[in-house]
Amino acid sequence: MYKIAAMGDKDSIYGFASLGISIFPTDDPAQGIKTLRRLAEAEYAVIYITEKLTSEMKDEIARYDAKPLPAIIPVPGIRGNTGIGLDNVSKFVEKAVGSDILS
Amino acid sequence: MAVMNVNPTRMELTNLKRKLVTARRGHKLLKDKRDELMRRFLDMVRENKALRVEVEEGIKEANIAMSVARCVMSDGALDVALMLPTQEMQLEVSEKNVMSVLIPEFDVKFKTANENDIYSYGFADTSGDLDTAVKALSDIMPKMIRLAEIEKSCSLMADEIEKTRRRVNALEHVMIPQYEETIKYITMKLDENERSTTTRLMKVKDMMLAQAHNYN
Repeated sequence: MYKIAAMGDKDSIYGFASLGISIFPTDDPAQGIKTLRRLAEAEYAVIYITEKLTSEMKDEIARYDAKPLPAIIPVPGIRGNTGIGLDNVSKFVEKAVGSDILS
Repeated sequence: MAVMNVNPTRMELTNLKRKLVTARRGHKLLKDKRDELMRRFLDMVRENKALRVEVEEGIKEANIAMSVARCVMSDGALDVALMLPTQEMQLEVSEKNVMSVLIPEFDVKFKTANENDIYSYGFADTSGDLDTAVKALSDIMPKMIRLAEIEKSCSLMADEIEKTRRRVNALEHVMIPQYEETIKYITMKLDENERSTTTRLMKVKDMMLAQAHNYN
């Protein structure tokens, strides 16, 4: 049985706790990287990370790109949407097709 | 295209011809794999994009309600309200093989029987906006799980498509022309050897005839 985690600043992810998602509040990228490593080794299949934190620890997240688990998904935080999520989708298309044909 | 560094012998020629056949078949198979992956990827990535827009919209709504709740309630009260969740979500993960790419599939299991068991607090001391926030998040949750599944799949498939495309191109533009060129080179060389043997024999015959009949 796998679990779901959410990482990011406390305000953005607090609501997830009530749904039964484990929350790991952190603002600091260094701390975030440590937590992410721990979560990836533990039984977490999906890790939602706020966009702000995602942009600060891109390299660490890229390490999990080739593995089937965990799925690391950027979600918008309380300070609004930075568009990283949709950019990522465009990047997939660009990688596979050669240019972003969906935009 | 450069000719490979091989000895122009008949054995080498047979070997190369066999390799060329294998390369052609591999190329065809990989091309089919790439096309099929691409077809599925495009379907998936369209869904991914639509889902992402929906999920981001849903989270935005939840965040708005949450901000209001934070303003109305004290930090302590909010902490207490959300400290001990009654619901726990667990995932059953299975893997699906799409054209040799392993993509995850998630199946959600809730700890308590009632999926709507999301309010972990009494309603007396909390603001109604907190309920709205929690409800909005809970509504968007199935889509978020699906988003996680599909976004991971898209990322894995994009990687695989890139790799396959490189292989197809390498076979098509490097390996196959190289083999063809080398086969042509060996064939020419062998033909040339044969012709030179024939002319040599003719010359020897001439010389022998000349000697036997005491020409000139």
